[in-house]
Amino acid sequence: MHDDFDETSGPELSADEEALLKELPALTDVGQARRTFLGQTVAGGLGVFALMLLEQERAVGALAASPEALYAPGAALENPVRVSLKVNGAAKSLEVDSRMVLLDALRERLELTGTKKGCDQGQCGACTVLVDGRRVLSCLTLAATCEGKEVTTVEGLARGDELHPVQAAFIKYDGFQCGYCTPGQLCSAVGLLEEAKRGDVSHVTEDVTASTTRLTDDEIRERMSGNICRCGAYPGIVAAIQEAHSGRERARTWRFVEGEELARVREEVGADETV
Amino acid sequence: MRPFKYVRAADAVGAVRAVAMNPRAKFLAGGTNILDLMKEDVERPNELVDLSRLGLNEIRAAGGGVSIGALAKNTDTANHPLIRRNYPLLTQAIVAGASGQLRNMATNGGNLMQRTRCQYFYDTAMPCNKREPGSGCGALGGLNRIHAILGWSEKCVATYPGDMANALYALDAVVRVRGANGRVRTIPVGEFHRLPGDTPEKDNNLAHGELITAIELPKSSFAKHSYYLKVRDRASYAFALVAVAAALQVERGAVRQARVVLGGVAHKPWRSAEAEAALVGQPASEENFRRAAEAALKGAKPLAHNAYKVELGKRAVVRALMRASGLA
Repeated sequence: MHDDFDETSGPELSADEEALLKELPALTDVGQARRTFLGQTVAGGLGVFALMLLEQERAVGALAASPEALYAPGAALENPVRVSLKVNGAAKSLEVDSRMVLLDALRERLELTGTKKGCDQGQCGACTVLVDGRRVLSCLTLAATCEGKEVTTVEGLARGDELHPVQAAFIKYDGFQCGYCTPGQLCSAVGLLEEAKRGDVSHVTEDVTASTTRLTDDEIRERMSGNICRCGAYPGIVAAIQEAHSGRERARTWRFVEGEELARVREEVGADETV
Repeated sequence: MRPFKYVRAADAVGAVRAVAMNPRAKFLAGGTNILDLMKEDVERPNELVDLSRLGLNEIRAAGGGVSIGALAKNTDTANHPLIRRNYPLLTQAIVAGASGQLRNMATNGGNLMQRTRCQYFYDTAMPCNKREPGSGCGALGGLNRIHAILGWSEKCVATYPGDMANALYALDAVVRVRGANGRVRTIPVGEFHRLPGDTPEKDNNLAHGELITAIELPKSSFAKHSYYLKVRDRASYAFALVAVAAALQVERGAVRQARVVLGGVAHKPWRSAEAEAALVGQPASEENFRRAAEAALKGAKPLAHNAYKVELGKRAVVRALMRASGLA
């Protein structure tokens, strides 16, 4: 998270959304929000779903107003370890159970839920973050070992409103579908590009005695093999990393439709504006 | 995960003392294997001694060869100019293992210390003599497609999953360790890991509390003709079904020295003296490589589901030697 990001403010709502939100039951606490959230999600449509998400974000935002409560563990710690580290540029100090892995510290204690828990045993890559600039698995890193380290999570990749080039390329090339593995894919890709810049070799590098920096698509596939994507967005992921690396644009098989074109098609098929 | 005491060691002496004092204490380096096993309740230390502040991560020229710090990361080792130039086999073996993230975390000493293991070792609902001595071997009469074909015992048929050690064995590396009372000794990599015998719970020959401080590589005459071949179920990020570290010294078309080490076939890296003897003094040719491959797998005793590894192993040896010699 960057310094210019205001942690305590709620999401911006349009007038329509504000009006709709007022019709929803009042929320008194997060537990209430969760129960209402579940009920409405089952009963309601997508619009309600989206609004409930927004409301939940607000409720959590209200909690964040008291940072002390946030950083304190819920129960007594068995083997407490004090750790001071930097997360996305901000100094953090917390006391953790010796068993707590960095992944859980980020998600449960520092409220950075962008980093995802997939397999929780080093096989899927969803929890990939950068520690001192290197991509690692936060599920197999004890928080206690991060004393003095600099951690960058997916929340820390963008500069304010400006996406990291890898993030922008993932959007451009559809490098995701459900999005669950994406934070890990992004952090892994950012780490990979640094490794390539250093001239690191891989399993598919033909001659490891020569210095290589150019990434072929095969090199990208091999170097990203620690990040599994169940949706199978691999072609988009490879294209995105290739462009971020070489600036080479990949021919796309789709494009955004122009307004006039859309109107013409609607007229042809006699559809209204909801189609 | 069970509770454990976390200790950040300031130096090697302190780290060794801390672990030596507590029979249930373990060293923590990259953590990629031990934390995974602790989450699965397979490893149950009550104290972890973190080695990350010890240094011991230097890679430097030493006595004609190279000394590699035990705590240097796998990524940094594979990509070090001294290693890439003089020991490309080691580079290839390291980058054939795990994933980019894991290689950034894993250390060289930790890589050697990873457990020899199979699915039954991980599954606490199943018997496993390695996890619980005397409980039996689930794999022997179970699903044993990925298991050993050489050197196994009735007690354990697991294979050593590492790649780095296979290359280190071919390159005649030695492991430098420090024990309690400051005792320092060196162990040839080939004698570091053990066959299962009657004590499969012991993967290696270190005493409790002994700490790996460095891996030493002698000057090598194999840099020009070596190749690490890994055959697995998918193209990347999987353990070897069969791996071959092949290294040759070729003079005027004839093999002067040879190393053939197989991975994925035994409880430890499996060096074939028979294959090497079949190669030395002979022309580097496909025909001779086939004879060496036959010799390497001659003693193989496959289990119910892994007879394919015998033929796969032979073909892998031939291909690795062909690539090493530049014939393919």
